[in-house]
Amino acid sequence: MSRKLLDLWVGVFVALGLAALLFLALKVGNLAAASFSDTYSVTAKFANIGGLKVRAPVKSAGVVVGRVSGIHFDSESYEAVVNLTIDGRYRFPKDTFALILTAGLLGEQYIGLDPGGDEAMLKADDVIAKTQSAVVLETLISQFMFNKAAEGPSEK
Amino acid sequence: MSDRRQGSGKLVTALTSLGHGVTEALLRLGFATRFFLMLLLWSGQSFRRIHLTIREIYFSGFQSLLIIMVSGLFIGMVLGMQGYETLQRYGSAEALGVLVALSLVRELGPVVAALLFASRAGSSITAEIGLMKATEQLTAMDMMAVNPIARVVAPRFWGGVISMPLLAALFSATGVFGGYLIGVVFIGVDEGAFWSQMQASVDFRYDVWSGIVKSFVFGIAVSLIAVFEGYDALPTAEGVSSSIKGTVVKSALAILALDFVLTSFMFREV
Repeated sequence: MSRKLLDLWVGVFVALGLAALLFLALKVGNLAAASFSDTYSVTAKFANIGGLKVRAPVKSAGVVVGRVSGIHFDSESYEAVVNLTIDGRYRFPKDTFALILTAGLLGEQYIGLDPGGDEAMLKADDVIAKTQSAVVLETLISQFMFNKAAEGPSEK
Repeated sequence: MSDRRQGSGKLVTALTSLGHGVTEALLRLGFATRFFLMLLLWSGQSFRRIHLTIREIYFSGFQSLLIIMVSGLFIGMVLGMQGYETLQRYGSAEALGVLVALSLVRELGPVVAALLFASRAGSSITAEIGLMKATEQLTAMDMMAVNPIARVVAPRFWGGVISMPLLAALFSATGVFGGYLIGVVFIGVDEGAFWSQMQASVDFRYDVWSGIVKSFVFGIAVSLIAVFEGYDALPTAEGVSSSIKGTVVKSALAILALDFVLTSFMFREV
C-alpha cells in the first residue's frame, strides 16, 4: 500500500477518534454547560448536612446556580461548614435562606437557596446566616414515635 | 519403603519445579523491565522515521475500527434494553441515558475495547514479531547494524499506545448511540430527558477524562505485553503459538487487574 493512502486512512482513523472524544465531551458530558466562567463563593453553616456531597448542585427556584465545592467540620461550633460556588451571573440578597433538600423521595441531596428581601447582595466569602439542616429520617421517625408514646395512655 | 521413597521423590520434583517456575517468572519480569527501558531509550530513534509508527497505527488502529464500532453498538443496545427493563420497574426510565453513558464511559468502553484490541491487534503483533524471530529476521537486522527494537518493536508499541484511547472513545460513542437507538427510537423513552439527564450526570473531568486515562494505561499494558511476548518467543512454531496465547491471556488479566486498581483510585467519593 502506498505511503499516501496509508496516511489517508490513518488520518481518517484519528479524525474519527477525535470526533468521538468531542462527542463524549460535549454531547454526553457537560463540558460546555458545567463550567461557570465567573464564580464567587460563599459559605453556609449547617447543624446537620445529612448525605450532602461535594459537587452537589445549588439550586434556586429549581435552576442550578452553582455547586457545592467543599464540606468540612468546624470543631469550635460543632457545625458543618459548606462552601458554595455560585455562578457570577446570579446575585442573591444578604438574608438568603439556605436549605438542604432532597430530589425526590430517595434522590440525591442538594442545596436550595430561598432569596430574602434584603437590599444588600451577597458578596464573595460572605456567610449565609439563615440555614435549615437536612431532614434525617431517623430523627423524624423517633420524634413521631415519641409523640405517639406521649399521647398514647391518655387516649386509652 | 519404595512407596515412601517414590512419594518423597514426587514431592521433591514438585518443589523443584515450583522453584524453577518462580525463578523463571522473576527472570522474565526482569527481562521485561529491561526490554521496556530499552524500548523507551530507542523510541527517539524510531520517531525519526515516523512513517513506521503511522503504518502500525493503520494496522492496529484503523483495522480494528470495524470490530470496535460493531461491538460498541451491540453493547450499547444491550445496555439500553437491560437498563430500560430494570429502570422502568422503578418508574425512572428517563435515567436510561445516565446508566448507558456512565457504564460505557467509565468502565465498559476502556475495558472491553482493550480486551478486543488485545485479541485483535495484540495477538497479531506478537505473531508478527515472533515469526520474525523464528525466521531469524531480527538477528539479520542486528547483523546489518539495524536495531530491531527501534525498527520493529518501538513503532508497534507506540502504534498501539496511540490507537487505544481513540478506539475506546469510539467504542463509548457508538455504545451511547446504540443505547439511544434502542431506548429512544425503539422503546420510546423521551429524547430530551435521555440527553439532558445524561448531560447533567456525566462530568467531563470526573467521568470522561478518567475513562481516557484508563484506556491510555491499558494501551501501554497491552502493547508492551504484545511486543514483549513476540520478542521473547521461542523461535519455533510451538513457541510462537504459545506466545500468542500468552499475549491474549496476560493482556486480559492485566487489563482487568489494572482496571480494579485505577477505579479504586479514580472513583472515590469525596
